[in-house]
Amino acid sequence: MDNKEYLNAQRAEAWREALRKSKPNKDRIGIARVAMNELAPDYRITCNEEVNQGLNRKQALLEASRCLDCPEPLCTTGCPVGINIPKFIKNIERGEILEAARTLKETSALPAVCGRVCPQEKQCESKCFYLQKLKKEPVAIGYLERFAADYERESGQISVPEIPQRNGIKIAVVGSGPAGLSFAGDMIKKGYAVTVFEALHEIGGVLKYGIPEFRLPNSIVDVEIDNLRKMGVEFVTDCIIGKTLSYDDLHEMGFKGIFAASGAGLPRFMNIPGENLIGVMSSNEYLTRVNLMRAADPEADTPVLPGRKVAIIGGGNTAMDSVRTARRLGAERAIIVYRRSEEEMPARIEEVKHAKEEGIEFMTLHNPIEYIGDEKGHVTRMRLQKMTLGEPDASGRRSPVPIPGAIVEIDVDMVIVSVGVSPNPLIPNTFKGLTISPKGTIVVDESSMRSDLPDLYAGGDIVRGGATVILAMGDGRRAASAMDAQFHR
Amino acid sequence: MNKIVNKEYFSANVVKLEVEAPLIARARKAGHFVIVRTGEKGERIPLTITSADVERGTITLVIQAVGKSTRKLCALEAGDYITDVVGPLGKATHIEKFGTVVCCGGGVGVAPLLPIVEAMKKAGNKVITVLAARTKELIILEEQMRQHSDEVIIMTDDGSYGRKGLVTNGVEEVINREKVDLCVTIGPAVMMKFVALLTKKYDLPTIASLNTIMVDGTGMCGACRVTVGGKTKFVCVDGPEFDAHQVDFDEMLMRLSSYKGIE
Ligand SMILES: Cc1cc2nc3c(=O)[nH]c(=O)nc-3n(C[C@H](O)[C@H](O)[C@H](O)COP(=O)(O)OP(=O)(O)OC[C@H]3O[C@@H](n4cnc5c(N)ncnc54)[C@H](O)[C@@H]3O)c2cc1C
Ligand code: SF4
Ligand code: FES
Repeated sequence: MDNKEYLNAQRAEAWREALRKSKPNKDRIGIARVAMNELAPDYRITCNEEVNQGLNRKQALLEASRCLDCPEPLCTTGCPVGINIPKFIKNIERGEILEAARTLKETSALPAVCGRVCPQEKQCESKCFYLQKLKKEPVAIGYLERFAADYERESGQISVPEIPQRNGIKIAVVGSGPAGLSFAGDMIKKGYAVTVFEALHEIGGVLKYGIPEFRLPNSIVDVEIDNLRKMGVEFVTDCIIGKTLSYDDLHEMGFKGIFAASGAGLPRFMNIPGENLIGVMSSNEYLTRVNLMRAADPEADTPVLPGRKVAIIGGGNTAMDSVRTARRLGAERAIIVYRRSEEEMPARIEEVKHAKEEGIEFMTLHNPIEYIGDEKGHVTRMRLQKMTLGEPDASGRRSPVPIPGAIVEIDVDMVIVSVGVSPNPLIPNTFKGLTISPKGTIVVDESSMRSDLPDLYAGGDIVRGGATVILAMGDGRRAASAMDAQFHR
Repeated sequence: MNKIVNKEYFSANVVKLEVEAPLIARARKAGHFVIVRTGEKGERIPLTITSADVERGTITLVIQAVGKSTRKLCALEAGDYITDVVGPLGKATHIEKFGTVVCCGGGVGVAPLLPIVEAMKKAGNKVITVLAARTKELIILEEQMRQHSDEVIIMTDDGSYGRKGLVTNGVEEVINREKVDLCVTIGPAVMMKFVALLTKKYDLPTIASLNTIMVDGTGMCGACRVTVGGKTKFVCVDGPEFDAHQVDFDEMLMRLSSYKGIE
């Protein structure tokens, strides 16, 4: 049965038929899209609490009833892992929330995470019938996904799947971000003995050291990790593959398959004068200090500079997370400096909206060209080149070009550089026989995620460069099914 | 969690810890370091691996109590556990037969110098080691250095032991006396800066092992960046050893003071 037949068969079930008939589409279309319950901006910038508070049951059931249960649900084509979106939403509408959560888990390993961090406006929701045909706001698929996943977790009835007979085959996973975690989850369910090796002292990858608490609480990620533990996944922290253990060591230890999910953790700088002044740092450093090392906690040993006038260079999620963190840590001015216009910003729309509500300033069409410091080497000012938009470049976005002579200076005491990341070079450098792209990513077969080394599969940011959580997860799941198939041949 | 199996004092503030870390013991080479974290709220700090015992599955760290984190670590006793030890990190020292090698260390830089002295000697070099400190009590690892060096020169600021003078005086004396092929220097940044200035004058190739601020130690954050030959480098992955004549020590000194007054 292909995916379309599957979706049709599911849609034809009696309860779905009945639900569709229970309310005319005219009534459904008349309902306005639900608004997320949020903490007030002036309160949330004083703390680290999650900004989005989730939907309550009543809101969720009403929003779910907006979904028309389309015969050709385009939303599912916008989801990188192909979640059966109408099925989970209709389960919410009929009040079977746990069933909705199970539907999500058929395809997504971490729905509570994706419901919070997926760029739905570019994926599922962008394909929704409401938006495409009715020119209305799409069904809030992401909010509903989060609602179902949270409901399951808070009900204490998380389904820990039954593990089949163990087959004793040892599998190693390098890195514990979303790619590694989803791969580990699938392989343990298939009966393999799975060990995840993580370089840092905490499990979770970017979900822990990068994305802040106010957007994705650690406790949400920890529940998922605990579940994997309960299913038998072993986690080894403080262990760097390629350093602590080599490719050969893994073989000696009896590992028959390896999944490389080591991410794109290397910060890029712009190589402009003054970039090594005190107070200029990468967003990775800033976020790692605050999120992983808890530097804002007075009890913690790791320090963080108390920025009062903070500029963040970049327009992605990482830049938004950094600028909003700086605001929470007491910045009076927290400014996004971005060389294109707001339209081209890669950050999620929700993040930009939240940032603005929190008093973040936006200096778009500005690009830093120099940082200036005091006699002790602390950054005090920055020079910015004003830009205008020219022709579209390779990425399809209009490329920024400098306006000759249009240079401004602003006062700053901290600058966070957030202009992208590169793949972690350790596996590419130490596993001989891999094909590496000019960008430094591991080249794999797209359908199986298998590399040129027969026992090495790879996925997530190490294959894609900086991408998204859901794509990393999807890679993990595809690699798991392909590796499993290889063992059964 | 890594167990401390042995603890020794070199002086009131300098402690040697032997720590269980079988995988690191097996994988490490001279010049490698580890990142260590003490306690759940502890910070991640880099420490050079002084030596390793593959059979016992242990590595040895020499720690000078200078700040909060090193004091915490020095307060641990045999039988206690270090929360996290990860490594080996960085690039190993390039060891080969150069001829005559002067290895000079000051303060706590002496500990990371030991494995290099040992490896250089093993590779067939004539090794002259210059140890420097403010005063006699602060000279450490003299015994171990003597075992692996052809000659050990001791310099103290106050003349209380060995000769009176700075590390550079000791190194210059050797250069003037005989043909030297390589100089290796590890110590406070100011010391390395002056060693580099001296050996540059004599065109003597010099390697410095840099001890910058670090967070992850794996190339992820850039806290450790330095300028070498006009280019930005990450000490934790591109180093820790660099051509001393190319290092911008003034920038490094400045960056080392980033968190002064905050910690
Ligand atoms: C601040 C920030 C905000 C983001 N916001 C969003 C968002 O809102 N939505 C979204 O979809 N995406 C977002 N992203 C991108 C998303 O987080 C990544 O695409 C995703 O985490 C990639 O997953 P991964 O599993 O490939 O790698 P990672 O999450 O990077 O995990 C890799 C792990 O491997 C470890 N590792 C590396 N090398 C080794 C080794 N040799 N041995 C052992 N362990 C190793 C690393 O320490 C790390 O823990 C954001 C990224 C950042 C940095
Ligand atoms: S996983 Fe992401 S793309 Fe897929 S349905 Fe959920 S929010 Fe949409
Ligand atoms: S310590 Fe983070 S990159 Fe070197």
